[in-house]
Amino acid sequence: MSRIELDQVVVRADTPGGPVPEVTVLQETTLDLTEQRIALIGPNGSGKSTLARLVNGLVEPTAGRVVVDGLDVSRKGREVRRRVGFVFTDPTAQLVMPTVAEDVGLSLRHHVKDRHDRAAAALAVLESYGLSELADRSVHTLSGGQRQLLALAGVLATDPAILVADEPTTLLDLRNAQKIGDLLFGLPQQLVLATHDLDLALRCDRAILIDEGTVVADGAPAGVVAHYRAMVG
Amino acid sequence: MAVSPVGEYQPGTTVLHRLPVGTKLLGLVGLSIVAVAFRGPWTTGGLLVLAVAFSLAARVRLARAARALRGVLVAMSLLAAWQVWQRGWEHAFVVVGALVALVLLATVFTTTTSVERMIDAVTRWLKPLRRFGVRPDLVALAFSLMIRGIPLTLEIAAETRDAARARGLERNPRAYLTPLVIRVVAHARATGDALHARGIGDD
Repeated sequence: MSRIELDQVVVRADTPGGPVPEVTVLQETTLDLTEQRIALIGPNGSGKSTLARLVNGLVEPTAGRVVVDGLDVSRKGREVRRRVGFVFTDPTAQLVMPTVAEDVGLSLRHHVKDRHDRAAAALAVLESYGLSELADRSVHTLSGGQRQLLALAGVLATDPAILVADEPTTLLDLRNAQKIGDLLFGLPQQLVLATHDLDLALRCDRAILIDEGTVVADGAPAGVVAHYRAMVG
Repeated sequence: MAVSPVGEYQPGTTVLHRLPVGTKLLGLVGLSIVAVAFRGPWTTGGLLVLAVAFSLAARVRLARAARALRGVLVAMSLLAAWQVWQRGWEHAFVVVGALVALVLLATVFTTTTSVERMIDAVTRWLKPLRRFGVRPDLVALAFSLMIRGIPLTLEIAAETRDAARARGLERNPRAYLTPLVIRVVAHARATGDALHARGIGDD
């Protein structure tokens, strides 16, 4: 199993033109994430997305360091991104090619050089996620659930060791949210899941509650979720 | 739902689908040069016949293409009216007919060529420029993002227009343009994040 370490990590954000020169998005945080499924929960703007984004270098720490499987994210970003797949809340931005097959093919460009082999590999990936019938469809015409499933397939096509998902079910209806949730929990990869869905959080091995950039509870999901409910209730 | 005005790829096995990308692109450039260098009713007529023949050969769904090119066709109609008024019917036919033929030929190109094949071709063509620091794969990716960006921007524009209408601000250009620009820029940033997360551009 992979290991994600945050060592005294602080993230501050500039607010150009604002009355306050800097905002601390994440207060000094030290975590050692070794469980297979870890949920990050907390209110909007609490810092859970920032924490998730630190894992593959989308956000750089202002202080401290993030280490993934022994690789410092700030120094070895390229190697880390090959190990860490990332799924966003809104898949629209993540799908950059015009058709479904081409988008999965883009993920495979560095792994399969020959165009025909790549097309076959992309189709195999689509088949494994039940998307093969959509292979030639424009990504523009897909439903929200299909887009999120495709975004996930595109990320998993490269077989990352860790998957970070930032509120992947927030924009989905109940059926699609359940489908994506089941898929995520069936994966062999280590999963870091930032979510508002407390049912999903309860299915994890560990949950971390963040509020105003600070970890306020960390441990077994049942206790952490109860803490969160008490906090907002 | 917005439809891309540059046409969308339709998978197929016609001769035009199988032709190499370079051949198709050179053909398009060649016919564009012909339209300008040998301007006249016969040239325009020939180009129109060729464009329709290629569209049929490529099995382009003409109704869908017409829907996608609605904006272009409106502009062409206005241009035609202006040309008839200013220079007469023949001149209007020569200018507007040639433009319509070239737009249709470009649509044949985009509907018979997948973006992945275009990317491969662009990457291949730019390889000699590597020594000057050009990154062919990144140029090709930018090219595909541009194509993907057109329907997406139209979709954002439609949503923004609806939002302005819902607030009774349909006559206020600021209520439409400001959020449109902000959303397009935000989308571009999110796409950048997504590419970064997928490790594209790392090597």
